Amino acid sequence: MVEVDARGLSCPEPLMMTQAAMKKNPGETLKVLVTEPHTRSNVERYAKSQGKSVEVTEKGSEFELIIK
Amino acid sequence: MNLFYSKKTLALAGVIMGVIAIILAAAGNPGNMAICTACFIRDTAGALKLHSAEAVQYFRPEIAGIILGSFLIALATKEYRSTAGSSPMIRFILGVIMMIGALVFLGCPLRMLIRMSAGDLNAYVGLAGFAAGVATGALALKKGFSLGRNYETKKAGGYMIPGLMVLLLILSVTTGLMAASEKGPGSLHAPLLVALAAGLVFGAVAQKSRTCFAGSIRDIILLKNFDLITIIGAFFAVMLIYNITAGNFHASFSGQPIAHAQHLWNFLGLYIVGFAAVLAGGCPLRQLILTGQGSSDAGCTFLGMLVGAAVSHNFGLASSAAAAATADTEAVIGGPAAAGKAAVILSIAVLLYIGFVAGQKKAD
Repeated sequence: MVEVDARGLSCPEPLMMTQAAMKKNPGETLKVLVTEPHTRSNVERYAKSQGKSVEVTEKGSEFELIIK
Repeated sequence: MNLFYSKKTLALAGVIMGVIAIILAAAGNPGNMAICTACFIRDTAGALKLHSAEAVQYFRPEIAGIILGSFLIALATKEYRSTAGSSPMIRFILGVIMMIGALVFLGCPLRMLIRMSAGDLNAYVGLAGFAAGVATGALALKKGFSLGRNYETKKAGGYMIPGLMVLLLILSVTTGLMAASEKGPGSLHAPLLVALAAGLVFGAVAQKSRTCFAGSIRDIILLKNFDLITIIGAFFAVMLIYNITAGNFHASFSGQPIAHAQHLWNFLGLYIVGFAAVLAGGCPLRQLILTGQGSSDAGCTFLGMLVGAAVSHNFGLASSAAAAATADTEAVIGGPAAAGKAAVILSIAVLLYIGFVAGQKKAD
């Protein structure tokens, strides 16, 4: 699983990192870590718009998104 | 969850914000300023006597309202996070620069749209500059620009600026401590409760919809994403329809209220706003929203904007508005004086340094 650690980063960096990781590792499962609720929804919507399924788990003040 | 982010809901957010702007203008705010973030931070800086430009001093309840609206809705929807530590001093400087640029153009991106909707062609020149600035910031991001991570901090950290705004709002209403313009744009204002309520709703809607004027263009360039521009498009459409039906639409470069037709400086003024906004992660409005939802980093940008407004007026960096000759006064071309032009050029140099040298990941 490829991990993208975008915790604490400003928009649009988490999304750019996710986009780059998806391009670099086509077909692989991604684990994306973010902290801001708006970042979580941005990444989630982007992944879904790319036809991926997204599973979100809230861990304390962080979000873990598993993108398949 | 997804309901919030459907195109229809985002468009509705833009419509609500447009209607609020119209209500505020009808209730007494300067017509094509309505709820300009930069103008109102500038007026607030004047009220706090950080500058002494007599025409632009008034504690705008809208600014307090926007921050508090964001704060309250973030608390209510569990989106409040007290964070800090992502290059706060760089963010402060970006705030100063955003305000210098906005006051050379005479408006933030929000007022740019309001001016565009009233036919002010200078604002279209500004839009070109703003888009070019956003594109330059996007290029810096592509090359590896980052201000680094923020971290969770004491929960109360994020309460400081919303709390300060409540205190200042109470002082502005109950005491004579603050300066208030007797003429000029600062003297034109909606009644307190209307302004405050409008600010609260505007802030809450902008927080939920993630409204950002710089982000809307940035997302198209970097991500081919049209979500944020949907809000802006709806806001513009509402303002345009209103201005046309109310007979306020006059397409021209001259004769526009509180504007000048110095094309180069309109372009460059908003160029530095767009560039700085992308580096800071959001336009002036978005900085207020992020401040409300607990970001001390955005709070630094907000304080930078207050100081930037003070610097602009104390040192003559802000543009003057063009004015036709009257029986008593000569015509004024308007635009920035030499100091304002120099500040814009210096700001561009600073932004290039931050964006392409100091802020690059490889610089760490």
